[in-house]
Amino acid sequence: MKLKLFSAAAAGCLLACSQLVLADGQPPTPTIEQLWEIIQSQQAEIEALKKEQQETAKQAADADEKAEAAVVAVEEVDTKTAGVASWVDKTTIGGYGELHYNNFEGEDNELDLHRFVLFFGHEFTDSIRFFSEFEIEHDVAGDGKNGEVEVEQAYVEFDLRENMQAKGGVFLMPVGILNETHEPGTFYGVERNDVENIIIPSTWWEGGAALNGYFENGISWDLAITSGLEMPTTGNNAFRVRSGRQKASEATANDLSYTGRLKYTGTPGLELAATVNYQSNATQSNNDGLNEGILYETHAIYNKGPFGLRALYARWNFNGSAVSTAGADDQYGWYIEPSYKPWEKVGLYTRYEKLDGARDQDQFDQWEVGANFWPHPDVVLKADYRDRNVDSNSSGADDVKAFDLGIGYQF
Amino acid sequence: MLKPLTLASVISSSRQQMLTSRVDLLAIFRSPAQPLKSAALGLLLILPFSVLAKEPYQTTEAFLDETFSGKPPSPDVVWLRGEVKETAAEILGHAYPGIRVRYWGKDNRTAWVLEETGKTQPITVGLVVNEDGLESIRVLAFRESRGWEVRYPFFTDQFSGIRLTTDHKLDRDIDGISGATLSVRALKKLSRLALYLHQQTALDNDTSP
Repeated sequence: MKLKLFSAAAAGCLLACSQLVLADGQPPTPTIEQLWEIIQSQQAEIEALKKEQQETAKQAADADEKAEAAVVAVEEVDTKTAGVASWVDKTTIGGYGELHYNNFEGEDNELDLHRFVLFFGHEFTDSIRFFSEFEIEHDVAGDGKNGEVEVEQAYVEFDLRENMQAKGGVFLMPVGILNETHEPGTFYGVERNDVENIIIPSTWWEGGAALNGYFENGISWDLAITSGLEMPTTGNNAFRVRSGRQKASEATANDLSYTGRLKYTGTPGLELAATVNYQSNATQSNNDGLNEGILYETHAIYNKGPFGLRALYARWNFNGSAVSTAGADDQYGWYIEPSYKPWEKVGLYTRYEKLDGARDQDQFDQWEVGANFWPHPDVVLKADYRDRNVDSNSSGADDVKAFDLGIGYQF
Repeated sequence: MLKPLTLASVISSSRQQMLTSRVDLLAIFRSPAQPLKSAALGLLLILPFSVLAKEPYQTTEAFLDETFSGKPPSPDVVWLRGEVKETAAEILGHAYPGIRVRYWGKDNRTAWVLEETGKTQPITVGLVVNEDGLESIRVLAFRESRGWEVRYPFFTDQFSGIRLTTDHKLDRDIDGISGATLSVRALKKLSRLALYLHQQTALDNDTSP
């Protein structure tokens, strides 16, 4: 309607103008029909321009949408490794290792790739996962070689509640400080402390099942039923706890082991924990003079700013005539380890240990001083000096003075 | 009658006292061992059938609703280009897995939902930055077997008000959790990243393309 009115007005105007032009002797003006055609043509052009403008706007919007989609696609490629099987996203690999150099006073020195470890994990679902630790100790394993190939962890874990999990398989026993966390950068000293070697036979792993849970106040608990120790009762290693580890290798499982732990980590920097482990028969057989055994362990860790302190106490009590006669029915050890980090990448420590194990060489006290240097949070260089005094030199057990160097990593 | 065992008694008792305690404690286990074994093994066989269907502790939507009193602003992004990209990689120790980071901001207060791997699994974290200081940090999803402590206020409260130094470090120490070093490290990295990215937002500087 508006268009028609506009057209009529325009035609009238043009008619009037043409009369003026005629009066000036100019060429004759177009007819109304011709003007109408011109107006129609202009109108069509306006419509075409409008349409073109709308299409341009639509194309711009489409371009934005496509750019957004491209960005999202690039981000997905970055995060999900597109084109690779989905299990890759759910499978993780990690590891750690450490090389040691021990310079002993009066004995042969030693250089040893002590540990080379690879972790493999896989998430079956958000609530069911697998974790494993594959280790080669002392570099070369096989007949007549020093090393061992070991699977220290291989378990499936289930989330039962938001704060409760169960696991079954081969896993690390919930005891001590180093047994579950022993990547080289997490502790001081080239060699691990001796209490968590002789009394707590770290690395100590068993096959079985376990439950653990935690509360909002920072208290957590663990319960485990596992294969037990099979300690020797004769020979040079008689009643030595470390020699009793079966390592889940066709382990005799006549008499199981029961473990419970309570831990408090509700204050940042502080950990307090206590573990009891009961061996229903520490030799897996009867009438050999060694029956039950029970381990009590407690420890504290406190880190505040540059200062750190670790202290641990562990004690085994065994029941049986032979172990009592040998004086190995009560084996214990403790250590205290203050530390200080003058710089973010450097830590200094000293450690005092007191041991009373089954063998003469496992009965000593020892001072140790040293330093860690972390050039990267996951790489550590270590140096220390040990001075060990055995309780008795009568049976060939010797004092030890050693300077150690080490390099370790984790990823 | 069982004799209670305390830490003090363990450390200071004489050998004879220890042996007495030992006998009593062994008695706890001696008789019930077989029934205990059977019951516990049975329980552990049944438990996996009640496996939890895992969900985040808080969804991104709920986190934003809570942060902005039910009226979250529209999201915006910081593009990771040039120096911003390099600094983000330096903070994380690896390249950020994306070319932009989404955030929600209003009145110089920004909210971020970021992820970083702890030991093996990603930890999803919601962070709120207000006037260049960290207002709050909350773990929205935690998938690791260890390091659960980082979820709770007794750990996360340490981050309140923390700021970034000129060399992109946190301006005060965070006390860690023993045995959860990598989870703690992940949260510290994400805090630094959120504080840095806040400085790059359109609220301060227009970095949009």
